Amino acid sequence: MNTWSRFNIASVVLGFSFLYLPIVLLVVFSFNESKLVTVWAGFSTKWYVSLFHNQGLMDAAWVTIRVALISATAATALGTMAALALTRYTRFRGRLLFSGMVYAPLVMPEVITGLSLLLLFVAIGFDRGFVTVMLAHITFSMCFVTVVVQSRLLSFDRSVEEAALDLGATPVRTFLEVTLPIIAPAVLSGWMLALTLSLDDLVISSFTSGPGATTLPMKIYSQVRLGVTPEINAACTLLIGFVAIGVIIASVMTKRREVQRQRDEQAAFAGR
Amino acid sequence: MKSLGNIRRAFAPWTDPDAKPYITFRNVTKRFGDFTAVDDLTLNIYHREFFALLGASGCGKSTLLRMLAGFERPTSGEIILDGQDIAGIPPYKRPVNMMFQSYALFPHMSVESNIGFGLRQDGMPKNEIAERVAQMLKLVKLEKFAKRKPHQLSGGQRQRVALARSLAKRPKVLLLDEPLGALDKKLREETQFELMDLQQELGLTFVVVTHDQEEAMTMADRIAVMSHGKVIQVATPAEIYEAPNSRFVADFIGDVNILDGKVSASGNGKIELAVAEGFTIRTATGSTPATGSAAGFAIRPEKLKVTRAAPADASVNAAQGEIWDIGYLGDMTVFYVKLDSGKVVKASMLNAQREVEDPIAYDEKVWVSFGETAGVVLKD
Amino acid sequence: MKKLGSAIFSRLVIIIPYAWLLFFFLIPFFIVFRISLSTTAIAQPPYEPAFAWSDGLSGVWQKMGQFSFDNFVWLTEDALYFNAYMSSLWIAGVSTLVTLLIGYPIAYGMAQAPRTLRPTLLMLVILPFWTSFLIRVYAWIAILKPEGLLNQFLMNIGVIDQPLIIMNTNWAIYIGIVYSYLPFMILPLYSALEKMDNTLIEAAQDLGCPQITAFWKVTFPLSIPGIIAGCMLVFIPAVGEFVIPDLLGGSQTLMIGKTLWNEFNANRDWPVSAAVATILLLILVVPIVFFQNAQAKAEEQGR
Repeated sequence: MNTWSRFNIASVVLGFSFLYLPIVLLVVFSFNESKLVTVWAGFSTKWYVSLFHNQGLMDAAWVTIRVALISATAATALGTMAALALTRYTRFRGRLLFSGMVYAPLVMPEVITGLSLLLLFVAIGFDRGFVTVMLAHITFSMCFVTVVVQSRLLSFDRSVEEAALDLGATPVRTFLEVTLPIIAPAVLSGWMLALTLSLDDLVISSFTSGPGATTLPMKIYSQVRLGVTPEINAACTLLIGFVAIGVIIASVMTKRREVQRQRDEQAAFAGR
Repeated sequence: MKSLGNIRRAFAPWTDPDAKPYITFRNVTKRFGDFTAVDDLTLNIYHREFFALLGASGCGKSTLLRMLAGFERPTSGEIILDGQDIAGIPPYKRPVNMMFQSYALFPHMSVESNIGFGLRQDGMPKNEIAERVAQMLKLVKLEKFAKRKPHQLSGGQRQRVALARSLAKRPKVLLLDEPLGALDKKLREETQFELMDLQQELGLTFVVVTHDQEEAMTMADRIAVMSHGKVIQVATPAEIYEAPNSRFVADFIGDVNILDGKVSASGNGKIELAVAEGFTIRTATGSTPATGSAAGFAIRPEKLKVTRAAPADASVNAAQGEIWDIGYLGDMTVFYVKLDSGKVVKASMLNAQREVEDPIAYDEKVWVSFGETAGVVLKD
Repeated sequence: MKKLGSAIFSRLVIIIPYAWLLFFFLIPFFIVFRISLSTTAIAQPPYEPAFAWSDGLSGVWQKMGQFSFDNFVWLTEDALYFNAYMSSLWIAGVSTLVTLLIGYPIAYGMAQAPRTLRPTLLMLVILPFWTSFLIRVYAWIAILKPEGLLNQFLMNIGVIDQPLIIMNTNWAIYIGIVYSYLPFMILPLYSALEKMDNTLIEAAQDLGCPQITAFWKVTFPLSIPGIIAGCMLVFIPAVGEFVIPDLLGGSQTLMIGKTLWNEFNANRDWPVSAAVATILLLILVVPIVFFQNAQAKAEEQGR
């Protein structure tokens, strides 16, 4: 029995309109002819053109992309290790502290993380700039990777690893040949999550960044404070577009693989 | 000594005092925190034996198997395989392989690469691997499925891949953890015999863990019945069934009636047991406790005869009662007879004829009788 | 040799992330605490350390007596800080409650949706999360402004004559928090509701429970872990929120994240902002530990 009642449909539809309406409006007004964001004056793409001539924004975008790629990759490596440590080696000294340090950054207010990292860099006399932003991003995003990879590790059959050991694979080879290929999709989505977290971050970057390492969110923020302009709308639309396309491609691929898999399984049980 | 039940083949190294055991557990104990999974256990398994560890879940049988595979280390005691103490050897260096209950096939590898996995770990040349894999595929009749992934196989096919994979390295011992547990009943019965043939053909030692007594009885040369980390009895299936050494084993394997009493006389290998039901049982089998001590008497339902008239032969054990319940199963009929003492015993009678004139009905007065070798005396 | 390799492997898997988090997550908190005890100076960095790490443990102990708790005293004397903490907790609490009230029916509706539709709905909830937080907050400015889209719409349909003043008030902050954190509420609720066995409801109805009672007696109690997780995921970060009060709230908005930012960036008073952060952390320790216990329990069950 699964009747999708009118009440349920209404709450889902209203909820999703609430989630999407502001984004849709933002995208629509990025094509506005007028400089006023709120008054429609006809279709135009001129703000996209001027966006690409805004050297400051372009530089910031380049910094952001580099930070995001490097920090997401490092965070994925560290986060995967932490997930392995938490699920595979259940007994080691200080495990409680370790799991605390993994979960706390998930909810820690960004101002605290940002401030504390800044003060660390000052205390050890490290010049703020590109590298410090990157280190900060690795730190907070690795915990998200850990959570994603950990849930995959918990759900998979440990005896598959034992089978590899039993057949003569050393623990290292077992990890590389069996565990890693199986958890690869989770590692990949952890990486994507870390990437977008890094692309998004404003507060922690602002604290830990120094001269010459202005990220795109920092740039957008400083312009937003001066007033809403269609150019910012255009920049936001491009960012949303990138992410949306990436996520949609990824989910379509997963979906297709899932369908193929189900078809295979049905065929197998039909005895072919 | 008369033989107990059928003997499948003339293979019984455990009766030979000179035979050297292939696997020995000596005073092995395994604790997980406060929980003792295996408790000071000593056990010998012989070369080429098909050995079953049988018990309810949590009895320690899987822990024993996992210690043999190397996934758990004994807290104390030693495990000797082919003359070598293997307690400290990691699983990936042991000459034993395991077939997992969940099959544990590598989901990202084809059937071939699953089977060849262990050989690749040993660094065997590529052409030899291919040859061995082909041989294994033929053995389990999966030649056509070599390129498939595990999720493209049916349950029975996966089971065969798991078997082939664990045999590919030609282990000294094959460990099987509930090997047929995930198969449906019909497939399970077929596969039991295939496993037995395979074991004979390859001349390997098999150690199988199961909770299914029928499976253990069918396949194994010997069965170890386990409970709470201890082995209660190790014997052939027939001995386990016909001559259980304890109430636990008698009760665990098949159906049984147990009558409690006191030994009133013993001698010449014969015992007289005065049971609480108010009569004396004369028996010639089972253990021989001292006169006056308490003992139980175990008898299987199919060994009991239900008749209207008292047995003519006065030497036969007999007691009177009333039919309490009747269960018709087709091939046999089960009678629950309430003895005069109030105890209900179960008797099953084969329906050898299609039509019976005047069958025994509810509430009838009947006699339950059995010969002097039909049951066994159990020490308390 | 091989055995040694695997032992090193398993050690490294623990040690590397452990050391990283110790150095970049835990130690910084001690530094924050240390600086909160020091005095402001016109220098680079702009504070006078209360003790040096080189003093060693005994040196630190000696200097304990000379610690300056001035910054903390200052925080209690100035009503601004107290009010900022209180109003942050209040705003976060109210927003969390509203988010729960809005998120629950959505999550419930999603969990009841046809099985084939669920993955798509789930992706639609996650998608906004992948788009920038800043952008989503920014989008509301154009809507809530006095001459913004909401007021234009309401005036056009004749509900109001005068534009509503929402922008730069606490109303805007509530809207911003509820909007931005809604996915964090829906996801744990959905996963709790989705795995619930529908036959439980049928059993309750079979035993004479009307549908609404069945919801309150069966579905709701079983979804409590999801409610707790969702509320913590919204409440804790919302208390320290900076972007939303800064962009949507007015200049008089009191939220501690914004106060900290201003103290640090505008007034350049590092010791006071460190003290503000220390107290904020102390306030949040209880909900954070609560959240971690819930996480650990979930992890335990997954094992």
